[in-house]
Amino acid sequence: MLRFGLVAVVGALAVAGSSLAEAQTPKKGGTLNFAVVAEPPTLDCHAVTTFAFAHPALPHYSKLLKWKGDFNNLKIVGDLAKSWEQSPDGLTYTFKLHDNVKFHDGAPMTSADVKASYDRIVNPPEGVISARRALHSDIGSIETPDAHTVVFKLKKTNASMLTHFASPWNCIYRAEKLKEDPTFPTKTILGTGAFQFVEYVKGSHWTGKRFDDYFLKDRPYLDGYKAFFVKSNAVVTGMIGSQFDGEFRGRSPKERDQIMAAMKDNATLVEGPWVSNLMFTFNTKKKPFDDVRVRQALTMAVDRWAGSEALSKISMLKYVSGMLRPGYEYGLPMSELEKLPGFSKDIEKSRAEAKKLLAEAGVPNLKVKLVNRNVAEPYTPGGIFLIDQWRRIGVEVEHSQLETKLFFDAMKEGNFDVLVEFISDFADDPSAQFDKLLTNEKSSQAAANHGDKKLDELFDKQAGEIDPVKRKAIVNEFERYALTQAYSAPLLWWQRIIVHHKKIKGWEHQANHFTATDLIDVWLDE
Amino acid sequence: MADIAANDAFTEKIPKRTHPLVQFIRAQPLGFVGFLIVLLYFVLAVGAAWISPYHPEAVDFGAMLSAPSAEHLFGTDQYGRDVFSRLVYGSRTALAVGILSAIFGCTIGALVGATSGYFGGWVDNVIQRIVDIMLSFPIIVLAMVVVAVLGRNMIGGIDANLIVAIALPMVPKMARIARSSTLSIAQMPFIDAARAAGYSHARIVLRHIVPNIVAPYLIMLTAFIAQAILLEASLSFLGLGVTEPTPAWGLMLSGSSADFYQAAPWMILFPGLAITLAVFAFNLLGDSLRDWLDPKMKV
Amino acid sequence: MLGYILRRLLMVIPTLLGVAVAVFFLIRVMPGDPVVVKLRADGANVTEETIQAERKRLGLDQPLIVQFKDYMIGLTRLDLGKSLWTGQSVAGEIALRFPVSLQVAIMATLIAVIIAVPLGTLCAIYRDSWLDNVIRVVAVSGLAIPGFWLGMLIILGLLYFFNWLPKIGYVSIFEDPITNLSALFWPALSVGYRYAAVVTRMMRSALLEVMREDYIRTARAKGVYERLVTRRHGLRNALLPVVTVVGLEFAFLIGGLVVTEQVFNLNGIGKLFVDATARGDFTLIQGLVLLIATVFVIVNLLVDLLYAALDPRIRLT
Repeated sequence: MLRFGLVAVVGALAVAGSSLAEAQTPKKGGTLNFAVVAEPPTLDCHAVTTFAFAHPALPHYSKLLKWKGDFNNLKIVGDLAKSWEQSPDGLTYTFKLHDNVKFHDGAPMTSADVKASYDRIVNPPEGVISARRALHSDIGSIETPDAHTVVFKLKKTNASMLTHFASPWNCIYRAEKLKEDPTFPTKTILGTGAFQFVEYVKGSHWTGKRFDDYFLKDRPYLDGYKAFFVKSNAVVTGMIGSQFDGEFRGRSPKERDQIMAAMKDNATLVEGPWVSNLMFTFNTKKKPFDDVRVRQALTMAVDRWAGSEALSKISMLKYVSGMLRPGYEYGLPMSELEKLPGFSKDIEKSRAEAKKLLAEAGVPNLKVKLVNRNVAEPYTPGGIFLIDQWRRIGVEVEHSQLETKLFFDAMKEGNFDVLVEFISDFADDPSAQFDKLLTNEKSSQAAANHGDKKLDELFDKQAGEIDPVKRKAIVNEFERYALTQAYSAPLLWWQRIIVHHKKIKGWEHQANHFTATDLIDVWLDE
Repeated sequence: MADIAANDAFTEKIPKRTHPLVQFIRAQPLGFVGFLIVLLYFVLAVGAAWISPYHPEAVDFGAMLSAPSAEHLFGTDQYGRDVFSRLVYGSRTALAVGILSAIFGCTIGALVGATSGYFGGWVDNVIQRIVDIMLSFPIIVLAMVVVAVLGRNMIGGIDANLIVAIALPMVPKMARIARSSTLSIAQMPFIDAARAAGYSHARIVLRHIVPNIVAPYLIMLTAFIAQAILLEASLSFLGLGVTEPTPAWGLMLSGSSADFYQAAPWMILFPGLAITLAVFAFNLLGDSLRDWLDPKMKV
Repeated sequence: MLGYILRRLLMVIPTLLGVAVAVFFLIRVMPGDPVVVKLRADGANVTEETIQAERKRLGLDQPLIVQFKDYMIGLTRLDLGKSLWTGQSVAGEIALRFPVSLQVAIMATLIAVIIAVPLGTLCAIYRDSWLDNVIRVVAVSGLAIPGFWLGMLIILGLLYFFNWLPKIGYVSIFEDPITNLSALFWPALSVGYRYAAVVTRMMRSALLEVMREDYIRTARAKGVYERLVTRRHGLRNALLPVVTVVGLEFAFLIGGLVVTEQVFNLNGIGKLFVDATARGDFTLIQGLVLLIATVFVIVNLLVDLLYAALDPRIRLT
């Protein structure tokens, strides 16, 4: 109950912000200046995995569907698709496309372009990287009965399919260009989005201007935008010095306070959860972490509630939740979560229980090698907190903070006792967030190495269940079982803090930093 | 009376045998100050457990970012950890990494240099080319590449590979110096005599060469400890050295503390001072040792 | 002289070649897979198959010897390859950041020389006076203060006293000299302090040594004014070793920038190097290390040649 209460308060804040924006009539014109704290490693939508591409480049592209609304009021709406329907057996998706869509080079966009783009994702030709190929493997065939209709036939039901059609990464490219050169997206920016590409100066900025032939009338509001590539810790000075008016990945609580103190009434603050968590995973191939009592003891020793209150002031870590984002309808309610190991509000009792469990398991003086990533936020605070919590039940920890590439090596080779891991997805989706909790045979990124088939079975069952009520029941069962077995345990979920100049209107705070980046409805009140 | 006076005058003429330490203090008062500061750091390192009022890794959410006070002499950091305690324990890390890597780097360098100088010819040539290559990197760049190549290898809370990374850039410098010292000795007549007498290379090197490079070795060792402490701090600052929550001075200045130091300057003021003072003291001691032992030597 | 220059030039080539070969193999034994970092670091669920495809695209699946051959052939054409991370040419990535670092390095050198030469001279003239002692202690501290800490103190000071911070983002000095200088002066100062300390010490000891030489004594004996002796004979000859130190330290400055650029948020080659090592961007690390080593070797060479030009005895050895 409490969890929903908490989210509701934060939610109310955001709603107040957006309803205020809707009350005003959007104004046309102006250039949106914003900061991006990393640079894109590639220019190909289908290969890229980072916000560093999403923020400056996605305004140039359209997708079939997209996410609309704030994190607490999110729905899938059409982008290029005017309407769509799903057959009762869940195996066929039919999309009707807008018929006045043009690419930035003037060519009309048709169903052939959609088919070619999805073919490229599902079956990438030689030399093309499709980062999310596996997620689309249930797509059997794509048909184009006419120029403005696309039909996807699935091999089996997939409850997450609509989520993928709304993926921010599934940009629609021009079929003709793909035919000439399947790798042209790595070299050229050519989409149907509301903004045309102007220039990209490496290390400096990326600019886009309004596309006059954009298919939606009266959109976009902005004349253009300019994304500045800056280092993360330069955002505060840049915003205070009005070099740019926002940064849309998320700022730390400290930076929030600095900006708010300097900009006062000129800043808008939007805070909410993130579909990202920090969790710790046990190496079940190593003794004594094969023992469920040891795993439970180590998760029970962590005072998530106190940690949430304190760490949320100094880091991105904030929300207490299970294996799904706080506030997500499929997650376990807090009343039930509190009964599971690690979520009790009586920490003294919980720690006494933890010590007892360790003694029973025959390891009263446990030593743990904790492998973490060498990234300041939020891995370092997470690690420091965890070590301190475990020290309180007499567990000694060796903290090994590795460079990202060494971290992945240690993970792959099982060279750890406990691994600090993370989940980061563009949408709430049990199939995405549960993937790391499965067996190694099933998931390429599962680190616990547990071989517990029950999780795989529950996973498959929910993944194919298209009835929401039935799916929710299976998802709950999965989460309950996973938290009890504690092969992996969530530490805290992240908070996404966005501060921008108050003149920016119509920007949506979703619980991730990949979606809602097309800038179609953003406008400037100046 | 006259007798006694004469006696006094007589005794004064005999040179007194003063302890070398006293000689050093008289000749190099600044060096002695350096020595005292170094000693202080050793006391802090050894007695850390008794001197620090708090556990250096203890998180206290009730005391986050508190300013210096009677309770927390140097204030606390963003996790409420006591800066003074972390500083005291940090001297352990600094001295351990500094001394171990300086000894390691200096010894290897001295061996390489002595070999190069003693044997001469193609051995010398090959070694000198390698030394040239190593010298064409700024030390921090070389250390960063080594850290990246070796990864991490924790032994007793200290990263052994970090020590290698810090020691390696010192090897060519020490090798240069040891080589020139060896060269000047190798040309001496007594070495020829020893060779003619049929003594083994090992005996000649150990008996004659090694004692003659002890002075430059000691001087360089002290200078390198200073350099190693600075380098460790820089690497930790870049997130490539010591890892949290191990208390280390460079680490206390790095990462997310950058978010907080403008509001809580004590977080960076004291660790920075600790580094500066330690490096200063070792430099002072090294300079004085050089002036005292080998005034002609140039570093 | 020409023979000497040729001889020195010929020695540079094997050193640089050695650096190129050493760097290539050193980096190839670096643990960790840059492709995994590139695709998975942000939390994306990317399959092994995709990673293999990307490896293939980048040519990392080729045998080491083939990669080495391509790299060496590229080097002969001054082609450093493409960054594994951005796909842009390594030379381009470096060229974009080089002006910032170069400017800070030059400014730091100027600051150092302007401060150090007069201070070092004062020290030598008033040897063992209180002035000498004060300057020497300040100089020894300069060697002890970590550049990045000094940078943080400068930032704190600017905030505290002026409530002002340099604007971020690089503006070329030709575009807007005031913005440029007001941003880059501070990092130059924080690396320049150490630099000035080294040069001051060198200036002092070189001048003291020169003043002991016979010709100075002769000049003094001839009744030449002390100030003239110092200026005419002493300074000129003492500058020789000082030039050496300035040259050597200039090359090391590029290394010092690695840390300072982090503090001041400068988008220079130091930051690029830190990023490249974190990502394991082989080609970019190779290019940067080669660049840094080349700068170092060339500066060394110039110093040697300058020395030879000023002091004919050296050419013979």
